Amino acid sequence: MTEVMIGGTGTALINILFLGMLFVVALAIARLRSLFAIVMLSGVYSLVSAAWYILVDAVDVGFTEAAVGAGMSTAVLLGAMLLTARTAKPEKPLQRLGPLVVCLATGVMLIYGSVDLPALGDATSPANAGIGLTYLKINWYDMGVPNVVTSVLASYRGFDTLGETAVVFTAGLAVALLLGFGERSLAETLKKTPKAETRPAPRGKDGNAA
Amino acid sequence: MWTFILTHAGYWAIIGLMMISLYIAFSAENLIKRLVGLSLFQTTICLFYVTLGKITGGTAPVLLPADMPEHGAAHGAGAAAEAHLVAGGGERVAELVNVYSNPLPHVLMLTAIVVGVATLSVGLALIVRIREVYGTIEADDVRAVDIETALAQEAKLESELKEATA
Amino acid sequence: MKGDHHMILRVIAKCLIPLILIYAFYVQFHGEVGPGGAFQAGVIIAVALILYALVFGLTATMRAVPPWFTRALAAVGVLIYAGVGFWALLSGGDYLEYQALFGEPPGEHHGQHAGIIIIEIGVLCAVSGAMTTIFYALAGRVAEIRDEDW
Repeated sequence: MTEVMIGGTGTALINILFLGMLFVVALAIARLRSLFAIVMLSGVYSLVSAAWYILVDAVDVGFTEAAVGAGMSTAVLLGAMLLTARTAKPEKPLQRLGPLVVCLATGVMLIYGSVDLPALGDATSPANAGIGLTYLKINWYDMGVPNVVTSVLASYRGFDTLGETAVVFTAGLAVALLLGFGERSLAETLKKTPKAETRPAPRGKDGNAA
Repeated sequence: MWTFILTHAGYWAIIGLMMISLYIAFSAENLIKRLVGLSLFQTTICLFYVTLGKITGGTAPVLLPADMPEHGAAHGAGAAAEAHLVAGGGERVAELVNVYSNPLPHVLMLTAIVVGVATLSVGLALIVRIREVYGTIEADDVRAVDIETALAQEAKLESELKEATA
Repeated sequence: MKGDHHMILRVIAKCLIPLILIYAFYVQFHGEVGPGGAFQAGVIIAVALILYALVFGLTATMRAVPPWFTRALAAVGVLIYAGVGFWALLSGGDYLEYQALFGEPPGEHHGQHAGIIIIEIGVLCAVSGAMTTIFYALAGRVAEIRDEDW
């Protein structure tokens, strides 16, 4: 019976543990109002889901999630939080009703749709018996690279990855165009005397004019 | 029935997580909290996608030595030996000894995560600009400021019109 | 930085940052045989810079790695990636067809290996440059993080 789960009984318990942790973190984020706590918990969520990725054999994705989700995006979110606000306003109880109904309805529909999905870990499902298996079989002859993920990423689907790289570059450019390249802070710090330690006044107006 | 529940419970748990993060993105008026909800939603979608590619008894898609037959071992030992091995019946489609999970979802989600953080930071940059202009990052306050400004502009236009006609 | 109360942080960071950078390059060049790759390595390099900025201040970081450099790095990364595609075109193959780089028959891997390594270097430059640019843009808006903000 337990064989149909992802692994043995022990693995099933670990699955339940990780998914339970994800649930607790997500519910905490939904309830909290302190933005610092929310940002930190989103990093925790990424870290736990990185562990889940390792559990479902996606070592590369787990690595990426740990580096990007828990490291980079937490740093970026913290930087943005410092520039904006520390706490969120309390939500009105009536406001919660609409989203709750929408999410419940969507969830029920998705679960109804998931009934037709192949069983978890099914090797003969259309998704797993198709091109993915072919990549595994022809990879060693074509590439001579043991890591199939790298060879699919860089070679079989190299065009895809070129697009993704361009998107990352464009996003960096967009952020720099929106916020400036950071030279403003460099100039400010350079001309600032050590006495003036306090932060400059909230720049509501001059940022507006810029 | 019991087997069915066991094989699908993982999907349902992930759908539940998806709905919680969707709820965060929907209900939060604070724009940063909303973006955190969106990024959780994206992470959960990646979880779902990668979980679909798991194969029971499989291992990570990094080939084990048993699946790397001789023709690759001649790497660097000289192209002549390699060519000989290929000519001696090198087969493109190999039969695998070990079971590996599907590598395709991993590739797609790997790039999606990196692009996700890039787009997240574009959203955050927009929020920082909104804060600088409006002085708040609550969506309803921003809306209120917008309505106020529009009303003030309209009143100003009307008074100017009156002055012109008078 | 003012005061001495960040000394432990500074000493530990000084030890850790070179290790983080070396680890990034390990991940980059070991990506073909184990988990890892250019996307992860690029982010790890950016994270090492962020750690440096958090401990030693943004100004010192910008002196070490100037903003124009990270901007240029991101663009150069995409150019390297696209350039490999044109190299393959000039060698008589399709766009990004690494097999054609050295005109090898199927089953030989030098072209594939060279192509994968070069585009991974391109991705490394693009991702680390873009991520550092994003961090500079966001962090450049605050002059300094006040202690009560922690």
